[in-house]
Amino acid sequence: MTNESVAKAPKSTAPSAPGEALQARETRLFSLDGKPVAFTSGQTILEAATAAGRYIPHLCAHPDFPPHSSCKLCVVKANGRYLSACSTRAREGLEVESNTPELNGRRRTLLQMIFVEGNHYCPGCEKSGFCDLQALAYQLEMQNPHFSHFWPDRTVDASHPDVFIDFNRCIFCELCVRASRDVDGKHIFALTGRGIKKHLCINSRTGKLGDTDFSAADRAANICPVGAILKKHVGFSTPIGKRTYDATPISVVSLASLEASK
Amino acid sequence: MSFALETASHPENLKRIAIDPVSRVEGHGKVTILLDDNNHVHQVRLHIVEFRGFERFIQGRPYWEVPVVVQRLCGICPVSHHLAGSKALDWVVGAPQISPTAEKMRRLMHFGQVLQSHAVHFFHLASPDLLFGFDAEVGKRNILNVAAEYPDIARQGVLLRKYGQEVIRLTAGKKVHGISSVPGGIHKSLNKEEIAFLKQDIGQMIDWSVGAVELCKRLYYSNLPLYENFARCESNLLSLVRPDGALELYDGLLRARDSKRKIIFDKVDNRDYHKVITEEVKSWSYMKFPHITALGREIGWYKVGPLARVQNCDFIDTPLAEEMRQQFMDTAKPVNHATLAYHWARMIEVVHCAEKIRDMLDDPDLQGNDLLRQGKRASEGIGIIEAPRGTLFHHYHVGDDDLVTMCNLIVSTTSNNQPMNEAIRSVAREYLDGERVTEGLLNHIEVAIRAYDPCLSCATHALGQMPLQVELVNTDGTVIDTRTRGADFI
Repeated sequence: MTNESVAKAPKSTAPSAPGEALQARETRLFSLDGKPVAFTSGQTILEAATAAGRYIPHLCAHPDFPPHSSCKLCVVKANGRYLSACSTRAREGLEVESNTPELNGRRRTLLQMIFVEGNHYCPGCEKSGFCDLQALAYQLEMQNPHFSHFWPDRTVDASHPDVFIDFNRCIFCELCVRASRDVDGKHIFALTGRGIKKHLCINSRTGKLGDTDFSAADRAANICPVGAILKKHVGFSTPIGKRTYDATPISVVSLASLEASK
Repeated sequence: MSFALETASHPENLKRIAIDPVSRVEGHGKVTILLDDNNHVHQVRLHIVEFRGFERFIQGRPYWEVPVVVQRLCGICPVSHHLAGSKALDWVVGAPQISPTAEKMRRLMHFGQVLQSHAVHFFHLASPDLLFGFDAEVGKRNILNVAAEYPDIARQGVLLRKYGQEVIRLTAGKKVHGISSVPGGIHKSLNKEEIAFLKQDIGQMIDWSVGAVELCKRLYYSNLPLYENFARCESNLLSLVRPDGALELYDGLLRARDSKRKIIFDKVDNRDYHKVITEEVKSWSYMKFPHITALGREIGWYKVGPLARVQNCDFIDTPLAEEMRQQFMDTAKPVNHATLAYHWARMIEVVHCAEKIRDMLDDPDLQGNDLLRQGKRASEGIGIIEAPRGTLFHHYHVGDDDLVTMCNLIVSTTSNNQPMNEAIRSVAREYLDGERVTEGLLNHIEVAIRAYDPCLSCATHALGQMPLQVELVNTDGTVIDTRTRGADFI
């Protein structure tokens, strides 16, 4: 982790040092793919780029939560160093590369590894058309999985009456962990295990979601970027053509949704 | 129990020919023939060597995934699986009676499906054999040569299929593997522009499909002994029919007739299918062998598909198709069991589908907003539909946690398994017995299979491009003759 890291900051946009409020009023710039981007003090590269309408691919980053920096899709080259854009503060004069063949190639490889590590069958998945992972694969022109599939033996937890978890599709972004802990105050999810044995676990006596006080209204039930945590009985209720990413790429949807949330 | 030519008494002393894979069919099938030193046929089997496993791996999945997942069994008739699964799960969500808009959207989708699938089956896969002869030069037996020699026929076949695909695209969301049919109904209806689009060409489609029936009839009568006797196989018939006896493709009651057209059972509710049908497993094929329980496995096997449907029903409720059915029934004495008559019956169904599509497009319900129904949740659902190649059964149990606990599928090809085996044994007896085996003679076997089914495994493999290698192996394992042909059509 670098000294620019804000991974442990409770909210990355908060001023972190005396005098920064004054500096924030001044227009400061860094360069993203050769074009200037304005930022305010405390903003990460990802936040500043997004605010300026410039898309940097990402999966685990979410504007409502502190940076997680685990998916590594937002890695950019800043002054020649590879850094996570979600957890690196913007600095005056920083020269950032993002949309380059080299970086997009590395992102494609990361996506391919995510796809083969789990069991992601888009043709039979009800998240298809709404899925950030699938949308990023299209955005970054991933044509095939490249690597051998792991075919992990994972289960489905359908013990809850309103929500089910398909562990086959979990990408370990911890958005549900963060949402349940920081917003819902329930601490229902955690990642456990190490390396290839890492997996999402449920905080209940039986390890089943049905034995928790989880609710379909919880933030954690509505934040999964892939098809791992889904509301029951919704299924394929949206026609092809009307799903989030059917006609609009994630690069546009991502920026538009942030704008709408302001 | 074993049928004639099913199992040789001393296979170890016989030569073995394998047609592997069978070409111009979808999926992967293999035919083995055992001959003695004088080339007399002792055993003929159609093996379905592709294991699909959908019945197992749909277990443990949420029930609402079923219609979308199981349709991946097939790339030619996925709509049939999509709808049969949906029909079964309508019961699970307590809505066996879906809304008029949902039912009509599904019916329209299914008519488009049967139309396009039949067009592929006849024009793309079977017509080269029928137009050029079973033992014509192999390089000419393909759709490209049909396009060269009979450009109008090839063009009509391609465009008929395209029209069916457009119906599916607008009703299901895309041309192959759409997602619109959901348990309890449908998630979209049509708008005026979409209906106007489909209306543009439907008149032309009806004309062309009538022309296709005339072509089949002309071919049939042009060589009556061949068409009546080739791969002939007498059997019982099974299909859905409407309660009033009309031809029915989407939803009806089960009816079976014997080979003399006498009713075996009639008006059997879909949920009672297991009371009238039993499935048998054999060690040499992944396919099951279903039969009519009351008749037993020796004589209870049956045909499904167009040849069964047009003779099992009492009438067709569209005028042109009914007129053509009556002409067809002139050949039934009292039942037409000619394998090649499948194509004629198939094209009559294309006329019926085209007429139905034309009539349905004026129905305002297709533009309705009442799409989904729901009622008291149940734990079991059965959906039966007439897929292009015959009756298709889907049966599910669903747990309280909404996950599928049991799935049983009887696909059309499974029902036709015994008739197809009998048909190729008939061909082997008639054409191969005592003869020097040639590629043209072996193609006779494939012609019989293609009449039933271009879709052996209900699989998703690409059409054609299947090279064929036939080896004649002596009793000591020495290869004494090899014939190879390159990629066939498409």
